[in-house]
Amino acid sequence: MMISKRRGLTAASALAAVVLAVTSCGSGGGADSGAPASSGPVTIRVQTFGGGANFGYKNAIAKWNAEHKDIQIKEEHLTDQFEQQYWPQMIQWLTSGTGAGDVVGIDEGGMGLAKAHPEWWADLKEYGLESRKADFPAWKWENGVAPDGKLFGLGTDIGGMSLCYRKDLFEQAGLPGDRDEVSALWPTWDDFMKVGRQFQSKVKDTKWTDGTNTLYQVVLYQEAAKNGNVTYFDQQNNLILDKNPAVRTAFDFAQKMSQQGMTAKLRNFSDEWAAGTQRGAFATVGCPSWMLGTVSGNAGDAGSGKWDVASVPGGGGNWGGSWLAVPAQSKHPKEAAMVADYLTQAQTQASVFADFGNMPSNTKAQQDPAVQGAKNEYFNDAPIGEIFAKSAADLQPVFLGVNHTQVKNAVEAVIQGMDDGSVPYDQAWQQLVDDAAKAAD
Amino acid sequence: MPYALVSPYFLLFAAFGLFPLAFTLYYSLHDYDLAGGSEWTGLGNYASLLADDDFWNAVVNTIGMFVIATVPQMLLALFLANALNKRFRFRLAIRMSVLLPLVTSVVAVAVVFTQLYARDWGLVNYLLSWFGVETTNWRAERIPSWIAIATMVDWRWTGYNAIIFLAGMQTIPRDLYEAAAIDGASRRRQFWQITLPMLRPTMIFVVLNSTIGGLTLFSEPTTFYNGNVDGGSQGQFQTVAMFIVKQGFREFDYGYAAAAAWLLFLLILIGALVNFLVVRRIGGTK
Repeated sequence: MMISKRRGLTAASALAAVVLAVTSCGSGGGADSGAPASSGPVTIRVQTFGGGANFGYKNAIAKWNAEHKDIQIKEEHLTDQFEQQYWPQMIQWLTSGTGAGDVVGIDEGGMGLAKAHPEWWADLKEYGLESRKADFPAWKWENGVAPDGKLFGLGTDIGGMSLCYRKDLFEQAGLPGDRDEVSALWPTWDDFMKVGRQFQSKVKDTKWTDGTNTLYQVVLYQEAAKNGNVTYFDQQNNLILDKNPAVRTAFDFAQKMSQQGMTAKLRNFSDEWAAGTQRGAFATVGCPSWMLGTVSGNAGDAGSGKWDVASVPGGGGNWGGSWLAVPAQSKHPKEAAMVADYLTQAQTQASVFADFGNMPSNTKAQQDPAVQGAKNEYFNDAPIGEIFAKSAADLQPVFLGVNHTQVKNAVEAVIQGMDDGSVPYDQAWQQLVDDAAKAAD
Repeated sequence: MPYALVSPYFLLFAAFGLFPLAFTLYYSLHDYDLAGGSEWTGLGNYASLLADDDFWNAVVNTIGMFVIATVPQMLLALFLANALNKRFRFRLAIRMSVLLPLVTSVVAVAVVFTQLYARDWGLVNYLLSWFGVETTNWRAERIPSWIAIATMVDWRWTGYNAIIFLAGMQTIPRDLYEAAAIDGASRRRQFWQITLPMLRPTMIFVVLNSTIGGLTLFSEPTTFYNGNVDGGSQGQFQTVAMFIVKQGFREFDYGYAAAAAWLLFLLILIGALVNFLVVRRIGGTK
């Protein structure tokens, strides 16, 4: 009797603790979006992801908050990782009807699923944003429109492609440091590897590139452009990864880099990778426009002037780029739509580009002379306007399926696994195909 | 009236214990995915789980880490408790200090250990290099990753278990020791022949507790891999709890995750039973 009573008590107190924890999580998770409209300003929570400076909204938000006393923007940078953390969490919030911000960022990989669930989103047409159509290239605009005609997403940035490199280490290895001469070193990926071997024979503590995943993605997007602009899924959402030559080519390249010991074996967007950027663990990293902000953010002030931007071997590509959407669960959809509108305006996108490097998708911003002539101070005044903006108009959209994020996750695990030694090289391709099929299922 | 007084517990238990159990059981028999569609599959989820290499990988990892973490932990806690059971200066302060790791947040512990076990600039690799050990990639190799996580678990829980052992030791009547001393038994003999057998009920409690904790291990290995439930590029240290979260909340296969949760429940029952039988024999003369 005594025992059962005591057990009941401890269980009850344990339960009480759980209840407390759950309720405190509820309020900490921030279900309510600011104060009611009558008392004080409305707070609009903008949720973003990505490494370093991520969406690059810091200055743009400060500017808005100074000018709008009644609507305050609060950015919540949730995590560096989109597929593994941000998006699953977001889906959970969207399906459960609570937790998501008033404006949320969506990477290209999540757009297939977002489009398939129009019930998750507010219709931005109701807030007059149909008028923004002329600001974007057709594909960027249409990807934000659900099949039922609902306008749910406005374009932020686009990928573009370049290669970031450590100018100081290049010079130390006896290679040229100037970006034009560096670009001339590697018209093809084979040349790139040749230079890499040369580099590694001179600089002992630095690997040629960060890991397998970043350049795998770069090559995948380059090759996708030659293979119907699809990667893992065809336009009908069938898994075609084992038949798409783009995937095989990118895989073979990643494997070669790894086998020849040219990678620092760091998984991109991990903490070790961020630390490695700062400590010079690698000399090059594949750089879509948004990666500039990631590199500068990770490397910090001490890295300023050490990094530079050259052209990428094998021609352009379009990896990445995001959209902003307003979840239907937002209590302030009107104000949220205003914020999404502001953050995607030509002027805002141009300033983000100048400050951090994310290439505008807004065509007016792309044509802005200030953007075309922009230089990035952190990267030795690299003429990023010339590097990214000039080719922006020609970029091809790559189609990604509804289940793209899960498959991408499975594929990257194998690509990374063969680099860290947990997947034997000769079994890696088969495992990649198997794991992808399992994840798509 | 008495029913009204005990009802809060039963209501809470119904809401947070019984309901989730029944709910999980119901969905484990369905193919329930993100689209919200729910289709009866009977034991289909269980059948595919038993044929799923990833699930078995998680089971092996969980048991492996449990053994690596728990065996040294129990021994350490036992000897720590024995030491604390003696008379010395600042006894209370020292007894309390062994509980300190427990009150630090798991995340803080994991962040520190993640730094210690970093591949490139970690302290552990640095220390090992003095002995000529080659750089270990603690997140990529299976056994090293288990060891790293086991040390994290032990750091947090050894003190806690030591205090429980200590409480158990203090309930042992002193006259037993006095009688043994008169009969000429050494301190060591007293430990093995009096302390240990008398401690058996406490030990059963501690071991069962550790079994439940160890088999549901989640926070340490997750934080060890940047907060990802993948547990390494190829699931080198993915536990069953992480597998469940991955299936349920990363791939949105709720039915499959629910079935895995029930199998974990079974695994814990089996684990608890085995450990109970093992511990019952410890120091057993009868």
